[in-house]
Amino acid sequence: MSMLDTKRAWPGDTLTRVPYWVYEDEANYRDELRRIFEGPTWNYVCLEGDVAEPGAYRTTFVGEMPVIVTRDEAGALHCFENRCAHRGALIALDDDGRVKSSFQCIYHAWTYDLTGTLTGIAFEKGANGRGGMPAAFCKADHGPRKLRTTTLCGLVFATLSDATPPIEQYLGAEIVRRIQRVLGKPVEVLGRFTQTLPNNWKLYVENVKDTYHASLLHAFFGTFRITRLTQGGGIAVSPDGGHHASYTIDRADDRTSTAYRDQGIRSEHENYRLADPSLLDGVDEIGDGVRLQILTVFPAFVLQQIQNSLAVRQVVPKGPGSMELHWTYLGFADDAPEMRRRRLKQANLVGPAGYVSMEDGCVGGFVQRGAAAAADELSVVNMGGEGTESQETRATEASVRGFWKAYRRLMGY
Amino acid sequence: MTPSPAPAAAVPSAGSVESLLPRVWQLNADYARAIDDDRLEAWPDFFAAECVYKVTSADNHRRGLQAGLMYADSQGMLRDRIAALRQANIYERQAYRHVVGMPALVGPVGTDPAGVVRAEVPFLVVRIMRDGRMDLFATGRYLDALVTEAGALRFRERIVVCDSSRIDTLLAIPL
Repeated sequence: MSMLDTKRAWPGDTLTRVPYWVYEDEANYRDELRRIFEGPTWNYVCLEGDVAEPGAYRTTFVGEMPVIVTRDEAGALHCFENRCAHRGALIALDDDGRVKSSFQCIYHAWTYDLTGTLTGIAFEKGANGRGGMPAAFCKADHGPRKLRTTTLCGLVFATLSDATPPIEQYLGAEIVRRIQRVLGKPVEVLGRFTQTLPNNWKLYVENVKDTYHASLLHAFFGTFRITRLTQGGGIAVSPDGGHHASYTIDRADDRTSTAYRDQGIRSEHENYRLADPSLLDGVDEIGDGVRLQILTVFPAFVLQQIQNSLAVRQVVPKGPGSMELHWTYLGFADDAPEMRRRRLKQANLVGPAGYVSMEDGCVGGFVQRGAAAAADELSVVNMGGEGTESQETRATEASVRGFWKAYRRLMGY
Repeated sequence: MTPSPAPAAAVPSAGSVESLLPRVWQLNADYARAIDDDRLEAWPDFFAAECVYKVTSADNHRRGLQAGLMYADSQGMLRDRIAALRQANIYERQAYRHVVGMPALVGPVGTDPAGVVRAEVPFLVVRIMRDGRMDLFATGRYLDALVTEAGALRFRERIVVCDSSRIDTLLAIPL
């Protein structure tokens, strides 16, 4: 066994310290793919609307495993590994499409039905009475791995494990309620973009859960008072720690708060005004006063509501030091033209060029580079105490600690 | 789309196709230099007062998906983009080198009642990071609607259609 194969020991029992090797260790990364992404977790794979009709399919990833999501003739959803049982080639090559009733691998023309079951082998009986597969070869014993699917509010999740509990139980009532409040009616895709980030996937997931940084790193937020730690709001963390929702509620007394200026924080620019303030012309379309809600589902899914900008983000790991973020911008199918225009404008807030998110594209890389020689050093996750309980403040790192609680349980640390 | 030279006399205020092309070249050259020379405050001035600027991908464009990575429907929003880059947003120091190809005037030139001329211009952008790393950051085409405002050619619309839907790390400076 080489040094790389040796499993490292987690330093201590507290959730407030995280070793930097967890972001760069190759063996740990391979273990994550197996224990987390292929383990008892629900992984977001697509929207139900992406595979609306029988024969429609979409390809994506669960961890590094390529998968195909399909809808069969009876309307049921399926998800299976995008890997031919014969020689391992990709079965479907496009991001999406529609097939009549089967997929055919281009390499040797082995065919699969919409459930991922191997149904045909080219020249199975040979040609001119010679060759072919042995008579004992049983197609039913061969096929790409199949994943179970489940849906929630138009989101499709998949899992390889039989042990993954039903999605409602997996998430807990509070997180389910907070997904329902955003995705209460049929959505329409407004755009898709992929952002490649030069950092370990966990640095991005932590960043999304980290309410402490939002108004400090993203000066745009603070300046325009879209979200500030002094506004009303808080975080909800699921009992197992893995899922979270942070939210902001407009609070009248924040309008006159000087807390940021008092601490000399960059977020405060008194003279910064928008030439075209229509960007921030949001409306409370859900009607509950929540201006912003960021929600994560362990391990790698984000649902975003920033005013009227809605999106889902899928975190796709690509090696220990690299990942992709798959953005799907959403509106509702029944959007009036002015609401649609509002969403297009507010999309400036998010994504790779987002006023309040472009920094998230680079800050993970700053950690990756800063900690390049610090494998055995520890990062500090101590804001708001040591626990993972829900809190009525966002000046806390409770949801980041929650991530590590869920992570360590699955990883056996 | 196929370039379709229209009767030169029908081009309102813009002159013939032959006389228009050098002005389109100049506009594109000036646009690229303003961005690459970090004179970003001059960038909104290349647009008409009423304008649309959007950065999207070929895939989104082909599918008719409306959302952009950047989207502005006023010159004010363009100014806000630059103000945010200068005053609020954090990113590592970086610069672009635009290589802008030959503009194609695409029909119908000269027949639009609003005096709009449509052009398509290929581009290539290299991003140079502060540590010297250079990457081919984006390629694509500008889909432009040009108008004459106060005697100068301006973008009524510039849709930046990137060939790839993938952005490395972040998109800070406009394309």
